[in-house]
Amino acid sequence: MQQAVAGDDEAYHRLLRQVTPVLRAAARRGLARAGQPADQSEDIVQEILLAVHLKRHTWDVNAPFAPWLFAIARNKLIDALRRRGRRIFVNIDDFAETLADAPAAPQVSAGEVAAQLQTLPQRQREVLQSIAVEASSIKQTAERFAMSEGAVRVALHRALSSLTAKLRES
Amino acid sequence: MDTDQLIRTLAADNAQRALPVGIILLLALMAATPVSTAMLLLGLGIRPDIMVAMRNPFFDLKFVVTMALAISAATVSLHLSRPEASLHGWGWLLVAPIVVVAGGIASEMMLPQRLPMLARLVGHNSMVCMSAIPVLSLPILAAAMIGLRHGAPARPALAGAIAGLLSAGAAATLYASHCTDDSPLFVATWYTIATGMVAGLGALIGQRVLRY
Repeated sequence: MQQAVAGDDEAYHRLLRQVTPVLRAAARRGLARAGQPADQSEDIVQEILLAVHLKRHTWDVNAPFAPWLFAIARNKLIDALRRRGRRIFVNIDDFAETLADAPAAPQVSAGEVAAQLQTLPQRQREVLQSIAVEASSIKQTAERFAMSEGAVRVALHRALSSLTAKLRES
Repeated sequence: MDTDQLIRTLAADNAQRALPVGIILLLALMAATPVSTAMLLLGLGIRPDIMVAMRNPFFDLKFVVTMALAISAATVSLHLSRPEASLHGWGWLLVAPIVVVAGGIASEMMLPQRLPMLARLVGHNSMVCMSAIPVLSLPILAAAMIGLRHGAPARPALAGAIAGLLSAGAAATLYASHCTDDSPLFVATWYTIATGMVAGLGALIGQRVLRY
């Protein structure tokens, strides 16, 4: 994380990839404990990653990384459970046996980020999709939409910020 | 969007660096304080005998109490803006203004007084005090919320309440220059009630706006 904060994008990418399985396991455990279906764990993982990203300036470079990371993860998990608590859910006990028989899916798809993506302004959505889905670089995206690289960066950052805000309010 | 795609996107956004919470909080407070000061000068004004009053240690003590509250609450709220932070080990800082005011009450008791205790406690303008401090604190409270929103407080209501203490302390520092009641008993009663109101308001607002 220190390298990432110092501006090493590669190190940051590696770090996020490494913590994701840990976050996923934590999200599944949390959902299971709350009696919620584990198929929402990926939505929670993505919310945690967005929060980690947008709040990484609150990490003190001299403080240990893990307590900070898990504090955010716990906050987002509680948030997600609280939100889901307001909705009606089928009792998981009814399906307990079927679930136990079914092989555990290695990764379930996440729908919430994708759904909120559709509500973003067109330009932000295009930039985000270009970089996320089509794996274009900032430079390639700038050329495709005839924007400056700086404008692409700003649009990308705004897209991520408003995506996070929309997830929080949803 | 699957998680790998999201991670790639976040890495691409790594160049976007946010300023530390402390800087944003400081800038916001620096912008709000002149607004509250203008509200005081235009709405209430400074007490006319301020040059004489400054020679009264109990007048000066009011500023020590309110500034101790503002500074300790600012320190604690900045600490609480981090996701893994708790009040543990930091809460004692908030005791500082209480110690100062208690010391003030004790020393006033030891001195001969013209007025009885109850008259000093009730004072002349407790109602103005209780309404002026909350009103003057509003711009500063808004600024503190903007600053702390930039952070990631684990307990939004608590962080909001401390932001309320911070803004009440700053507002009370301003108000103290208008207030003609200098008895520490008056400060301990009415300033505290006003501060409690702002802290409650801060908790309510914080619960809504300080979630990250």
